[in-house]
Amino acid sequence: MIAIQWRLAALTSMCNTVGDVLNTAGMKREPEVEQLGPRSLFAMLALTVRNPLVIGGVASLTVGFVAMMSLLSIANVSFAVPATAMSYVLETFLAKYILKEKVGLRRWAAATLVACGVVLLQW
Amino acid sequence: MRAPTTRRHRRRTQLLVLIAIVTQVAGNVFLSHGMRDAGAIVSASPLDYIRALNAWTVAGVCMLAIWMITDLALLSRADLSFVLPVIATSYVLIALVGHFVLDERVSGLRWIGIVLITFGVLVAETTPDRTTRPQGESL
Repeated sequence: MIAIQWRLAALTSMCNTVGDVLNTAGMKREPEVEQLGPRSLFAMLALTVRNPLVIGGVASLTVGFVAMMSLLSIANVSFAVPATAMSYVLETFLAKYILKEKVGLRRWAAATLVACGVVLLQW
Repeated sequence: MRAPTTRRHRRRTQLLVLIAIVTQVAGNVFLSHGMRDAGAIVSASPLDYIRALNAWTVAGVCMLAIWMITDLALLSRADLSFVLPVIATSYVLIALVGHFVLDERVSGLRWIGIVLITFGVLVAETTPDRTTRPQGESL
């Protein structure tokens, strides 16, 4: 039987990955936020509450957030954060093949360096 | 990779990245502080999480709400594969604050981790922030 902390880590990673991909897909359908004032941010929010992809993305991130809170209440950060570090590489993979971003060697290198660094940070 | 963005676009993206990093770090620090007082919670019931609310967890959730809005604005103008590694600067920030402000011990492996993440961020920064076609209009 897989320990509860591993199941929570898997749920956290999965929800964060799905949430980020859905949010990116949803936000790329909306106009780009160019002005950073409250007016354009409110206009962005008004559009996103009607965007099913973003609604799904935020819901997925919320479940991931609750799973992470549960994980942090029963496991150390030194377990929780490295256990979810793989999502950097997984999300880069999905960004290339689902979101059709141009992921070159440098982006792969960046994601891999960060994932390895996040794992090492916990020791 | 061809850069379809201007220098001004890049600067605004970097400003959003900075806000996202600061609010994420503050949110996580406040939340973990608050959760330490709340005790162990593994439950599917929202009521159990509502009981965990205190000043620190509320401050943490507010910070993370600002982070979420900033993150959405960021994703409207930049690639996910660019935003992800760049936002990881927050891990470096937490470790450095822990060492230089809170006097926490940072092991050799942790320093290597800090260097790897920093390199990852610098490598990501050499790529254009957006490689997909933007919508015609903007907010």
